[in-house]
Amino acid sequence: MDWSPVLISMKTASVSIVITFFLGILAAWLVVSLKSPVWRAVVDGLLTLPLVLPPTVAGFFLLYLLGVKRPLGQFFLEYFSVKIPFSWGATVIAAVTMSFPLMYRSARGAFEQVDQNLVQAARTLGMGEWTIFRRILMANALPGIVGGGVLAFARGFGEFGATAMIAGNIAGRTRTLPMAVYSEVAAGNLENAYGYVAVMVVMAFLAVTVMNGAAAGKMGRR
Amino acid sequence: MVFRRKCPVTRDKAGITFGERTVSGDSPETGRCLLQVDIRKRLRQFSLQVQFQAGRGCLGILGASGCGKSMTLKAIAGIEDPDQGQVVLGGRVLYDSGAGICLRPQKRKTGYLFQNYALFPNMTVEQNLEAGLRYGAGIRGDCSRQVKELAGRFRLEGLEQQYPGRLSGGQQQRAALARIFACGPEVLLLDEPFSAMDSFLKEGLRLELKQILGAYEGVSVLVTHDRDEAYQLCDHLLLMKEGRVLVTGPTRQVFANPGTVEAARLTGCRNISRIRRLGPHQVCALDWDGLVLSTKEPVGEHIQAIGIRAHDLNPLGEGEGQVNRIPVTGPKVTEMPFEWYVTLDNGIWWKTEKDIRTHEPAGFVPRWLYVDPSAILLLE
Repeated sequence: MDWSPVLISMKTASVSIVITFFLGILAAWLVVSLKSPVWRAVVDGLLTLPLVLPPTVAGFFLLYLLGVKRPLGQFFLEYFSVKIPFSWGATVIAAVTMSFPLMYRSARGAFEQVDQNLVQAARTLGMGEWTIFRRILMANALPGIVGGGVLAFARGFGEFGATAMIAGNIAGRTRTLPMAVYSEVAAGNLENAYGYVAVMVVMAFLAVTVMNGAAAGKMGRR
Repeated sequence: MVFRRKCPVTRDKAGITFGERTVSGDSPETGRCLLQVDIRKRLRQFSLQVQFQAGRGCLGILGASGCGKSMTLKAIAGIEDPDQGQVVLGGRVLYDSGAGICLRPQKRKTGYLFQNYALFPNMTVEQNLEAGLRYGAGIRGDCSRQVKELAGRFRLEGLEQQYPGRLSGGQQQRAALARIFACGPEVLLLDEPFSAMDSFLKEGLRLELKQILGAYEGVSVLVTHDRDEAYQLCDHLLLMKEGRVLVTGPTRQVFANPGTVEAARLTGCRNISRIRRLGPHQVCALDWDGLVLSTKEPVGEHIQAIGIRAHDLNPLGEGEGQVNRIPVTGPKVTEMPFEWYVTLDNGIWWKTEKDIRTHEPAGFVPRWLYVDPSAILLLE
C-alpha cells in the first residue's frame, strides 16, 4: 500500500483546519458586528455560497479564478512563481473553501447565542472591543465554535469534488485519501481501498475525540 | 419640550429640578446637578422624548413595560444612541448631537446594573470583580486587596471562587453591584433590579439595595414598573408613558398628587372616574352612576377626572355622615391573605384590613362608604 495519500491528507487536513478555524471565526465576528442588516445578509450569503453549491461547481469557480491564464492565477505565477492548480496547495485551497462556510456559520451562531448584555456590561466596565472578543465572546461561545471546528475538519478531510477540479488526482502530490479510495476502487484494487478506508476511519475518530476532549476540558470547570 | 403637567415644586432640597427651568448648581453640597439628560429617539411604536436633571440621590423612572424607560437608561450608558439631544454627567459631556459628541460606553464611567445582572459566566466572582477593577478603575498589578475589600462590603466572602451560575439571585445581584463599584462609577443605572426574583426574596433585597444607594455619593437612576419598589427606593420619581414624561417630583408628592389620570394609574390608584364639574368644590362622577362628591381642593376648569385610592374609603355606620356617601350596591368580596377586596356594582374598589385570625366576613360590608374630601385626587 502506498502511504503517500495518508501523509498528504494529514497535511492538507491539518493545515486547512487551522486556516479555516481562524478565518471562520474572524468572518463570523465581522458579520456579527455589521450594523446594517442588508449588508449582513449579503455578506452572509456570499460566505455561505460554497456550502450550497455542488463541490464540483465550487471547484470549477476556483479553477476559473486561479487558473494560470486568469488574472489572479497569473498574478501568483508572476509575482510568487507559484502555479496553484494541480499543486499540493490547491488541495488546501479546496479544503478551506469547502469547509469555511461550516466554520463560519457555526461560529456566527455561537456568537449570536452569547447574551448581548454580557457584551454591553463589559463595555460599561471599560473593557476594549478586542478584550471583549477574547474574554467574553470567544469564552462563552466556545462549545459552538468547537462544534463548528469538528464539522469543518470533517468536511475538509473528506473533500473530494472541488479537490478533483482544482488539484486533480496526481499520485504522490495531490492524491488525498478520498481520491486514493476512489482511484483504487476504479482500478479494481479493493484490498488497497480497504486499507485506506480503515486509516480514514481511525484518523477521523481520533481527530473528533481530541477536539471534543479539549472543549470539555475548557468548559468543565463551571 | 412640553410636559402634560409640571410639578408644582420645580426644585427641592435634594437638588433635583425638572421641566424647562435649568438648575444653576449654586447651593452647596446637595444642590449640585450631576446628571442632565435631554434626549429624543424615534422608536417603532412611539418617539422617546425625555428631559430631566438629577443631583445626589436616587431618581426612579416608573412606567409600564415598553414605555421607553430602559431605553433612556441605555442612552445614558451609551448602549443605545439617541437620535438627538444631550447627556451631561458631572460636567462631562457624554453625548451631544449638536456638537457631534458621542462617547463610547467604555469612556462614560456609568455603572449599569442589568436586569439579569450580566455577570460573566466564564469567570469566577473574583475574576468578575477583577474585570471591573482592571478595565474600569485601571488598576495594574495585584488587586487582591481590593477584591477582598469589595467581597467584604457586598457580603461575598467565601463565594470568590464560585462561578455565577452557582450563586443565588441575591448573591448574583450583590456580585454585580460589587463589580460596578469596582469601576468607581459616576452614576448608577439600575434596570429593573428585582424583576428576576421571587417576591419572597425581593423584600429583604430591597432593604439591602436601599442601604447601598443611601451610602452612594453620586446620582442613581432606577428604572422599574413596580410602584412599591419606586416608593421605597427613590427620593424622586419620574413617571413615563409611551416615551413621554407624565410628571416628576419628590416621591411622596407624586404619590399624594399625581396630577394626571395616567400618572394616578401608575401610582396604583384603582378608582378613577371622569367628572362633570358642578361647582368649585363639587363634582359629579360620570363613571360611578353620577355620584356627587365634594372635594377639599377647588376643582379647576382643566380637571377632567377624579381618583380615590382603594384604602381611602371607610365604612360608614347607620345614620352617620352627610357628604361623600357612596352606596354599597352588589358588593363582590375577594379574600386576600391580609385584606379584603370589595368591588361595587359601579366598579369602585375598596380595600379593607381583615382579622387574620377569624377571617370573619359576616357583617363587615357596610351599606355606605365614605371618602374624605381631602382624599379625592383631582386629575387632568
